[in-house]
Amino acid sequence: MTPAPALHLKTAILIVIMVSVAPLGDMFLGKGMKHIGPMPDGAPTGLLGFFFRTFTSETIWLGISLLLAFFVAYLLVLSWADYSYVLPASSISTLVVALLARFVLHESVRPLRWAGVAMICLGVFVVGHTHPRTTEHGLC
Amino acid sequence: MLTAAVLYFLIVVPGTCGEMCMSHTMKTVGEVKDFRPHSVARSLGRAMKLPSFWVGISMMALGFFALLGMLSVAKVSFVFPATALSYAVGTLGGRLFLGERVTPQRWVGVSLVCIGVVLVALGKG
Repeated sequence: MTPAPALHLKTAILIVIMVSVAPLGDMFLGKGMKHIGPMPDGAPTGLLGFFFRTFTSETIWLGISLLLAFFVAYLLVLSWADYSYVLPASSISTLVVALLARFVLHESVRPLRWAGVAMICLGVFVVGHTHPRTTEHGLC
Repeated sequence: MLTAAVLYFLIVVPGTCGEMCMSHTMKTVGEVKDFRPHSVARSLGRAMKLPSFWVGISMMALGFFALLGMLSVAKVSFVFPATALSYAVGTLGGRLFLGERVTPQRWVGVSLVCIGVVLVALGKG
């Protein structure tokens, strides 16, 4: 079995990867879709063109790749860590989203949202001080 | 109202069950200790051979589409705070179905996260 400090470290590294790449992936997908424009309704040729533009967009593929990286990190961390640990810990992505909104997209972030982010950070801090794994299931 | 209630149920229950299936699948595969790409690919390949992986993916997809549907019938300022319940349901599910030991400290953390998610969503409105 992996010693507790090493387990904490590799869990923290993968959660940091998860919460960093998922909001970035969402941001690139959003940017890509805004660039492509709204989905046309009606003629199949219009829809075909829309899908062609979507799947030939580098921004869209960058977003998809980042979300795939998130999913792989999520599956890997679940191979040893409790779901009830990973689920709340990954909510720290709201901090990344708020920072991206404020400093990359230059949006205004309301104080109530910062208060919520602070509450989530506190919750993640509390959860982070519990042991990531409380079961012996599937150890091999 | 009924549509919104059904969609809300689909977001919280199948969405959370799908994630629990994924957790069960990966625990069955075993702890990944080697992070070289071919070893990671081998672990993921083993996961994909398990029925619970595909059940999990299907349920997560159902939860995701329900979320999209919910966003079309309800305000964002309602939908996202409401999904905060998923954290509590997921933690309870981990305790009941995955045999995880959820300490009072972890419950306190999850409760703070739930409150925080509600505040973040209200702050966006």
